[in-house]
Amino acid sequence: MSQADLMIVIYAMIGGAIRVSTPFLFVALGECLTEKSGRINLGLEGTLILGAMVGYAVSLNSGSPWLGVLAAGGIGILTGAAHGWICKLPKVNDIAVGLAFMSLGTGLAFFFGKPYIQPSAPRLDSLPLGGWSSSPQVQQALSVNPLFFIGILLAIVLWWGLRNTRVGLTVRMVGDSAASARAMGVNINAVRLLATAAGGALAGVGGAFLSLSYPGSWSEGLSSGQGLMAVALVIFARWNPLRCVLAALLFGAAGALGPSLQSIGISYGYHFFNAAPYILTLGIMIASARSKSAAGEAPRELSIVK
Amino acid sequence: MSSTSLPQETRTPALTRLHQALRDPAVIESTLIALGALAVAVAIFSGFLLALGKSPSTFFSLVWMGGFSSWFSIQNALQRAAPLILTGLAFAIPARIGLTLLGAEGALVLGGLSAATLALPLIHAGLSPLAILPVMVLGAMLAGALWMGLAGWLKHARGVNETISSLLLTYIAIAIAGFLIEGPLRHPASANKPSTPPLGPDLRIGDIFGTSVHWGLAAGLLLALVLWFVMARTTFGFAARMTGGNLRAAQGQGLPVGRLLLACCAIAGACAGLAGFFEVAAIHGQANASLAAGYGFTGILVAFLARQNPLAVVPVAILFGAIDASGGLVQRRMGMPDATMLVLQGVIFITLLVSDTFYGRLPFLNYSRSGDRT
Repeated sequence: MSQADLMIVIYAMIGGAIRVSTPFLFVALGECLTEKSGRINLGLEGTLILGAMVGYAVSLNSGSPWLGVLAAGGIGILTGAAHGWICKLPKVNDIAVGLAFMSLGTGLAFFFGKPYIQPSAPRLDSLPLGGWSSSPQVQQALSVNPLFFIGILLAIVLWWGLRNTRVGLTVRMVGDSAASARAMGVNINAVRLLATAAGGALAGVGGAFLSLSYPGSWSEGLSSGQGLMAVALVIFARWNPLRCVLAALLFGAAGALGPSLQSIGISYGYHFFNAAPYILTLGIMIASARSKSAAGEAPRELSIVK
Repeated sequence: MSSTSLPQETRTPALTRLHQALRDPAVIESTLIALGALAVAVAIFSGFLLALGKSPSTFFSLVWMGGFSSWFSIQNALQRAAPLILTGLAFAIPARIGLTLLGAEGALVLGGLSAATLALPLIHAGLSPLAILPVMVLGAMLAGALWMGLAGWLKHARGVNETISSLLLTYIAIAIAGFLIEGPLRHPASANKPSTPPLGPDLRIGDIFGTSVHWGLAAGLLLALVLWFVMARTTFGFAARMTGGNLRAAQGQGLPVGRLLLACCAIAGACAGLAGFFEVAAIHGQANASLAAGYGFTGILVAFLARQNPLAVVPVAILFGAIDASGGLVQRRMGMPDATMLVLQGVIFITLLVSDTFYGRLPFLNYSRSGDRT
């Protein structure tokens, strides 16, 4: 690999990390909020796909991609609230309900998304932050979608809010000890329902990014498990919204590895490079499971760490 | 064992025992609740169809036509039920020990790939098909067992959540298979659809006599029976169910929890791997991307509806085989996309989970008579 090729790969990786990490960031922040309240929503994968389809369809029909983003968030609230409502019934397992919502969300998205595979909807404009450079690679790598910055802002707000506000305290208490929350007169099911609905909204927006910015079109193979990887990402980030940003960037870089190598003509074994995020996730889970510091920071009501 | 012998159990004829089973509140309860959930799902889906201006009665009569009405459609349904029985078992067995293992799709793909790959050097060496087929079966089951066993081992040794790890392993398995099928193992003649070299007619598994259903169905029925017996009537099954019911109590009793976990995962993987073998040896004749057809994921739904009971997996798999078989007919006659069946499955899945909340709360059942649920 020559020096020039290496630079191309590095620029492509940086740009790719920013682009690929944005949906990860939104889903991870949503999942982080839901898990902080003591419940896990594996259905965010379905919400992501449904959000991508709805966002694309609304953008196509209304001509406004930002309206599409809003609609995707709205459908996320609906599925999240449904998940939260079902999980409050006794004897119902939240992991299984998540799986069911994953399959229903995917089914609905494919069902209603058939007519939208061909037409091209107006996409979200990216901010050309690479204008100072004359190199087209740098310009391309640094054309960043505003949603990326909104995501980072949200992470900061979420981190601050969970630590310093009454609402944040209530969410953390419900997630750490349902019994104490109940004794304090907090309606646990309502808090969890709201946290799941808000998490669903974020996942829906993440889906809209997939169809409206990068890759930027609706197809049935759009999401390849980002919603599930986000669950592992939250564990890796130890339920801290700020660490979610770093983790999402890392996952984005891993996801950008395959396409960057292909851009300089290395395509041998691209299956493995495409599988890099999964392998990374698994490695992180193996490394961080049983880690004392991780266990200390986990919400204690969470079924997967009990 | 203590020296005081238990009172000799009087042998009851099979028919009487069947009668007892049918009067067992636990059996009545799970049947009623599962059927109720299905009925609610049908009602919700009918509402969905009506909202779209489609006729629910046309839809369900097409499902009936495509899945059950003629010998041809029944065979079609059974053909599709065969892998679903095996992948349903692959979810149900680990579920009994308390694991939510989603890796059947990956184990199926790797099993099929192993079967197709192991056969090639043996064909080259001129061995007879009768010698090659057992190697293919064992290879497929072993590959699946190792893959699912890995998720079980990670759970036991490192405490890695098995639901997420098995799903990630599925994506990795599909990537490995994609790499091998498009790279080193690719048959040069498979230009449009990369595949491993064809196995030839000698290594094709034929159909069950007088039908067009391949032997995978018989294998699935046999395994369902065997695994039901193992889980319900042996010490191993009892230990596994006890571990699933209360891990701490099982550890306190000195049960080898780790080995039980691994064994359940390996059994599950072997079932899914066997499904992969039949996909290769009875359907495709070679390994290619068609192996990842989603049977592993539908199997999860099958196992849930069967309440993780290996025997109940069989009729449920046939039901879903019929739904699957009628998909094409619904597409052509009603002009609806193929994802219609995915929506129906998702609705069934959700009503089924909501129905879990009614266990132990049906007002008209006398719960005091209910015994151990197997």
